Amino acid sequence: MLKKIRIVLAVLLWLGITALLLDFTGVLHGWLGWMAKIQFLPAVLALNLGIILGLVILTLVGGRLYCSIICPLGVFQDGVAHLFHKRPYRFKKELKWLRYGVLGLFILAIILGINSLVALLAPYSAWGRIVQNLFQPVYLWFNNIFAAMAERAGNYAFYNKEIWLRSLPTFIIAVVTLIVIVVMACRGGRDYCNTVCPVGTTLGLISRFAMFRPVIDTEKCKNCRKCARKCKASCLDAVNHSIDYSRCVNCFNCIDSCEFDALNYQFAWGKKKEAEAGSKADKGRRAFLTGTAIAIGSAAAKAQEKKVDGGLAAVLDKKVPKRETAITPPGSNGHKNMYSHCTGCQLCVAQCPNNVLRPSTDLEHLMQPESSYERGWCRPECTRCSQVCPTGAIRPFSKEEKSTIKIGTATIRRDLCIAENGESCGNCVRRCPSGAIQMVKDEASDIFIPSVDKERCIGCGACEFLCPTRPISAIFVEGLSEHRNV
Amino acid sequence: MDRRDFLKTGIAACAAPIIAKATASASEANGSGMQYRINPLNGDKISLLGYGCMRWPMNGDEIVQEKVDEMVARAMEAGINYYDTSPAYLRGKSERAAGKALSRYPRESYFIATKLSNFGDNSDTASLKMYKDSFKEMNTRYFDYYLLHSIGGGGLPVFEQRYVKNGMLDFLKKEKEAGRIRNLGFSFHGNQEAFDAFMKIHDEGGTKWDFVQIQMNYVDWTHADGVRNVNAKYLYEELDKREIPIVIMEPLQGGRLASVPANITKEFKSREPDSSSASWAFRFIGSYPRVLTILSGMSSMEPLEENIRTFSNFRPMSEEELEFMEKMAVLMKEYPLVECTACQYCMPCPYGIDIPGIFSHYNKMVTDGTFAQSPEQKDYMKLRRAYLVSYDRAIPTVRQADHCIHCQKCVPHCPQSIRIPRELNRIARYVEQLKSSSDIL
Repeated sequence: MLKKIRIVLAVLLWLGITALLLDFTGVLHGWLGWMAKIQFLPAVLALNLGIILGLVILTLVGGRLYCSIICPLGVFQDGVAHLFHKRPYRFKKELKWLRYGVLGLFILAIILGINSLVALLAPYSAWGRIVQNLFQPVYLWFNNIFAAMAERAGNYAFYNKEIWLRSLPTFIIAVVTLIVIVVMACRGGRDYCNTVCPVGTTLGLISRFAMFRPVIDTEKCKNCRKCARKCKASCLDAVNHSIDYSRCVNCFNCIDSCEFDALNYQFAWGKKKEAEAGSKADKGRRAFLTGTAIAIGSAAAKAQEKKVDGGLAAVLDKKVPKRETAITPPGSNGHKNMYSHCTGCQLCVAQCPNNVLRPSTDLEHLMQPESSYERGWCRPECTRCSQVCPTGAIRPFSKEEKSTIKIGTATIRRDLCIAENGESCGNCVRRCPSGAIQMVKDEASDIFIPSVDKERCIGCGACEFLCPTRPISAIFVEGLSEHRNV
Repeated sequence: MDRRDFLKTGIAACAAPIIAKATASASEANGSGMQYRINPLNGDKISLLGYGCMRWPMNGDEIVQEKVDEMVARAMEAGINYYDTSPAYLRGKSERAAGKALSRYPRESYFIATKLSNFGDNSDTASLKMYKDSFKEMNTRYFDYYLLHSIGGGGLPVFEQRYVKNGMLDFLKKEKEAGRIRNLGFSFHGNQEAFDAFMKIHDEGGTKWDFVQIQMNYVDWTHADGVRNVNAKYLYEELDKREIPIVIMEPLQGGRLASVPANITKEFKSREPDSSSASWAFRFIGSYPRVLTILSGMSSMEPLEENIRTFSNFRPMSEEELEFMEKMAVLMKEYPLVECTACQYCMPCPYGIDIPGIFSHYNKMVTDGTFAQSPEQKDYMKLRRAYLVSYDRAIPTVRQADHCIHCQKCVPHCPQSIRIPRELNRIARYVEQLKSSSDIL
């Protein structure tokens, strides 16, 4: 029964979050946006104390339910293992050095601001990346088939959506991540979660003390070891009738498999079966507390620390102008906040309806989003990235606020501008939603050229996108490392 | 123009159906079978429905010849015997396609009309070559009707540049004497001053026009803007006075009068449930006796069949019906349509804008009644989505109206004198307003 409930909840949440990552129409996030926001690492980086507390309490009460139900990557591994792991599981010793080594590295990466590593290891982000890079194109392809059929029928239920590779490195990382995850799940069930995953390790520190856990009743146990063979986490030692609760993900497969009712999910807090358990628990509790403190502390530190900006804007394509400073979407407040909070889950990229956001290829900010205007511009009515971002890297803002957030400044390259040849154009002037561009007479050459009021320009990129000069626009937006209001 | 004015000026008009009946000797009797008109100047018996070869079905850059053959076969069978083309139509491929389809029939069983379309290079050598090439393209030794293509825009100076200074007009007159041109005329787009000038040439005997091709339909009858183009009523009356046979183009304004807004359709349907909007437009024109033939650019079988039906049992309009059409014209003018007939003369835009595509999509949405206007409107979000989705389907992003840079290069090419950049900007602003009213489609 418990297993069935777990599977139903897990599948629902997994479908929900995957649908959220696939959806490009913007209708789902109002309903399902919370599914991304309850993910552990995003909540930590967003300093979303309510959710962090909720998850900690959940784990403290029921063990690593998070890993079996909420985490989409965990549920995905369960699915893969269910289909392809046909041999029985067997108990394995905990690889402490690896687990805590990776967790240590991870925390260090957060503190030092090496966010590419953080993004690489975070489980939810890994899933987001896989879906956005590998599944969304397939989804869009099907959508486009439907759109073509709808077009023939004169129906507007489906509309065509461009499929394009936003960043090759991120795509490769997604492919490699998927392969690694699938291989590990096929070979050893939840090996990834109990060796590499920093969230799993962190929650494991808490789940040692979970109030409710699967407990083996040695009186009823007939030593058939069926439970151990079903344990995806390889944490059930049937010989010694003990379970490593730091690795147990509460899948309830063991309980379900026991024919003798010897395994039960029951209140076990404080019930020390062995004397040693107590001392272990104390240590564990301390470790958990410090672990949480470190995570929260480092996130808080990032929010205040002034980081000197640097780095070159990524050049994804010949058509992308070389920007001295990358453009981050409105709501990110600038580079500092974006780079320290974003875990590269690609949810904003998957959702961006104007084809503006794409993951950075810059090593330091790998997989974190940035804006560019080759396929569209950051339209005034759209606030979608800010609504979906679970980490606080892009903070919510209203439509009205958007027109006052300056994310960059339009810059003119006169050598490319067609006005320079005496051609009448003025499209940047005509299309600027802020009225920041004017045609002025250049005294030296006696021709009218566009001129940008840098105070009014918000960097939306309408001018860049609609500039007739190709492949490099004669007017392009230079990012602002720190956004401000105009 | 109010109702009284309409009635007054309609005296000539009201006479029309009567004359149409009176000249039954010149027209085939009503009943089944194609309606014909006799050219009083030479006795040509011409079907009232003429085939305009400007809208053959295209597959990319190429005309779909099989379909052209099929449609011409059906048209010939139904008795359509007037085919109007030009060396400029359909990327210069219309003449050949029409020629191929028609040369399967005896030459005397149909009339060919083509034009000297020297819009670009109008030197004598280039113009002469164009003229001579038309014979080869159409595989004929003579043209029944030959037109100076679209004069009026730019007035007399442009006319003189294209046809007088290079000696082409004199040359064509000699060709007429030689029998290679049976009738010499012109097609007209422009203002009244220009038209008067061409009439003056006729009156003073400089060049006697054998026929004139004008744009006429129930909307343009008295609702042309008067600045850039002239009321068809004025043109008709001037030509009628001089007994010059008239060929009609744009009877449906490039198809716009074939699918009219719902309230107008309702008016038509409440009178005759089985008649199409297009048939009303055709009957209006056909009620005027000086009209020799009405050109319709039928690009598929369905409109061809439907038009054959209209002209096979042709009923001229009563005075009351003509008055009713004027009311419909007033209703039509209430819609913010772009008066584009999709003739493609403006194309290709050097910046890749799909000008006729944008206009026809816009017009379609306006007339379909699926036109989102304000967020207070019922079903606004649905209509908005319909506009935006169908716009993206019809026009790729980089060819949409907001990419127009107002270089004005298209403007002189437009026979309807549409201020294209201004209209594109109007549509771009409209789309922008639709987009900005919500963040989801």
